[in-house]
Amino acid sequence: MKHKTFFWFILPSLAAMFVFIAMPLVSVVVQSLHVEHEQIMVVTENCGPFGCTEQTSVDAEATAKLREEKPLGRFNGLGTYFDRGHLATSEVAAAWQARSSLGDFFSRLYNLPLYKAIAFTLTYTFLVTPLVIGLGLMIALGVNRVTPALKGPTIFVSLLPMIVTPLIGSLILFWMIDAQGIIGKTLQWIFDDPDLSLKASPTLTWITLFVYGVWHSAPFAFVVFYAGLQSVSHETLEAARIDGASRWQQVRYVVIPHLMPLAIFISLIQLMDNFRVFEPIIGFSAEANAPSLSIIVYNDLKGDVIRFNSAAATSVLTVIGVTILLAPVLLRTWRDFKGKVV
Amino acid sequence: MFLKHTMLASGLVLMATSAHAGCGLSGGNVNVLGNEFGAIQAIVAKAKECAGDGVTVEANLTADHRDIQVAALTANPAQYTSAIVANSSIVPLLNDDLVRPLDDLIAKHGQDLQSNQLITIDGKVMAVAFMANAQHLFYRADLLEQAGVEPPTTYDDVLAAAEAVRAAGIMDHPFAMNTKTGWNLGEEFVNMYIGTGADFFVPGTAEVAINNENGIAALNMLKSLMDYSNPDFLTYDSNATQALWEGGQLALATLWGSRGGGILDAEGSSEEVVAATVLAAAPTLNGDTPASTLWWDGFTIAKNISDEDAEATFVALVQGLGDDVIQANNDEAVWLSAAYAPGPASAGVAATAQAGASPYPMLPFMGLLHTALGAELTDFLQGNESAEQALTDVEAAYTTAAREQGFLQ
Repeated sequence: MKHKTFFWFILPSLAAMFVFIAMPLVSVVVQSLHVEHEQIMVVTENCGPFGCTEQTSVDAEATAKLREEKPLGRFNGLGTYFDRGHLATSEVAAAWQARSSLGDFFSRLYNLPLYKAIAFTLTYTFLVTPLVIGLGLMIALGVNRVTPALKGPTIFVSLLPMIVTPLIGSLILFWMIDAQGIIGKTLQWIFDDPDLSLKASPTLTWITLFVYGVWHSAPFAFVVFYAGLQSVSHETLEAARIDGASRWQQVRYVVIPHLMPLAIFISLIQLMDNFRVFEPIIGFSAEANAPSLSIIVYNDLKGDVIRFNSAAATSVLTVIGVTILLAPVLLRTWRDFKGKVV
Repeated sequence: MFLKHTMLASGLVLMATSAHAGCGLSGGNVNVLGNEFGAIQAIVAKAKECAGDGVTVEANLTADHRDIQVAALTANPAQYTSAIVANSSIVPLLNDDLVRPLDDLIAKHGQDLQSNQLITIDGKVMAVAFMANAQHLFYRADLLEQAGVEPPTTYDDVLAAAEAVRAAGIMDHPFAMNTKTGWNLGEEFVNMYIGTGADFFVPGTAEVAINNENGIAALNMLKSLMDYSNPDFLTYDSNATQALWEGGQLALATLWGSRGGGILDAEGSSEEVVAATVLAAAPTLNGDTPASTLWWDGFTIAKNISDEDAEATFVALVQGLGDDVIQANNDEAVWLSAAYAPGPASAGVAATAQAGASPYPMLPFMGLLHTALGAELTDFLQGNESAEQALTDVEAAYTTAAREQGFLQ
């Protein structure tokens, strides 16, 4: 395609990307660099059904005037990024100074909200992504061998976890793992422990969320791999068979190399999705044991006082995190691409 | 011919209904934003009868009302003419100057309102309260009798009663309160701490003052209570605790008064549980004032709307608070109205207020402290850190947020 034709062809998408992706990103970055104006406070007498009290309140008129002069608030530079709610540089330094051992340092670090969230988010991402790819491949290989008559229903059933809305899926499981629920009760019976609760222990909550994550995303990997399996060359497979390759060797040396580009595609998508894990944590009410970066953003935007700048800073940190995670995969794709051109 | 008659007849019917509509108003748009529960639904349903004759009445009742109210009322003209708020959620509206003083409207249309319904800030009425609410004790008289203990009045008694119920082999986890991580858990600490009588902030400043022996006492009491609660307690919100109570799995609980009506009605529970459920005042922490905060729900009128819309909204909502509405929905809430007849469902809130509980502090920075409490206390309750460390964390989280919001320098 000529460069000029190509340019006109992608202009609409470029324009849409600029308006809906680039501009909001810029606005989020700008917000994260500002904090609210100093609030001008006055003491007033307030009365209600339960009597009168002297209380501090905001002088709305004076504060509104300040806001009108500078609608963005006070410029704070990177201050928000380094405060306790985010990177907490001074707290981390203090924890390092006061550590009695490396473990002690990490437990102090784990006490800071962002690091606690990062710990869960990264563990979730790096456990769920490979498991999804592995399980997806296994389902795809299995379904591929099913007799044609049963293929349709099998595929439909395998896709169900992905069709169910994440929030609904996690809520249903949340009720099932309740100490009174069918899964919760069964586990208590199996382990002979009447106090076993999947919701109370942090470790078990993490495992529950990992299992849910794999359950929910495996069908996506399965569909992609299944499509890829349809284009595996029969000649190569037959040649391998004639050479005496076992079933496992056929998969290892013919099928998997063929599916490799798809595996990279799935890991890209899954790394991005899993790093932003959110719905299952809400569905499982697991904020206490397993906060993620998205949960921190969500909590800043909920509540009586909305903290836009803090939420913006966490969002920017999330974007940076996703970029770092994807960098190796993107670099590899880029190298492959260049290799092909040359 | 037949058609003509029908048209004439329906025309007459229309005229007849429009004579009642409008509530005496010549026009105006009413649009209410509020929480979603029985009492508010009843008020809005009645207010909607004012529609017609150039008056429109609409409402958006949702549990997420607090998250949209500031943005919705900041717009000019505002998206809603009225926001139904509580003592915590009115604060962001006041901070941003989004609601109007109601004095002139009360003088004109509010003769039926009582003076204790008027929320006055710096001499100006900013909201009209219509119901009171508080967390207080629910107990099962039959189970306590079986365990051989008197109904508790302090939290130490609650612990003793819970131990007796457990020792009698009646149930392993006889107690519950709304301890879900986040707002609910924050509220439990606020209630417990206010029971010590201490201030949350250094008076006259936004500096937090909970990191002291009172804070530790409040936290330790919460921890001791959780030993008698199901290990899942960090997932318990009002819906969960109400279900546990109605399922007969609790002997003692600290729940919202507004759940009393739902628990005592014929639905969702067995007769045995309902008959033995007693609503009592909130227990005290040190035998002095109840460890609970008093709440009101009330309506405000947006600032960024025309005077005509404001008047229509006020008239429609006052209509919604009419004696007939309150009598028909008597058990839905503890109404602040002369027409209200207190019953068993309101006994707990009334007793808590009479015992001298304090209202929830209506401070501009209270919401930030509440959020910090809700997020930072879970580690302590799970036994992963000391009470001192938990309070230090709360203090640090609050201070960071308050600096960012301009309350602290």
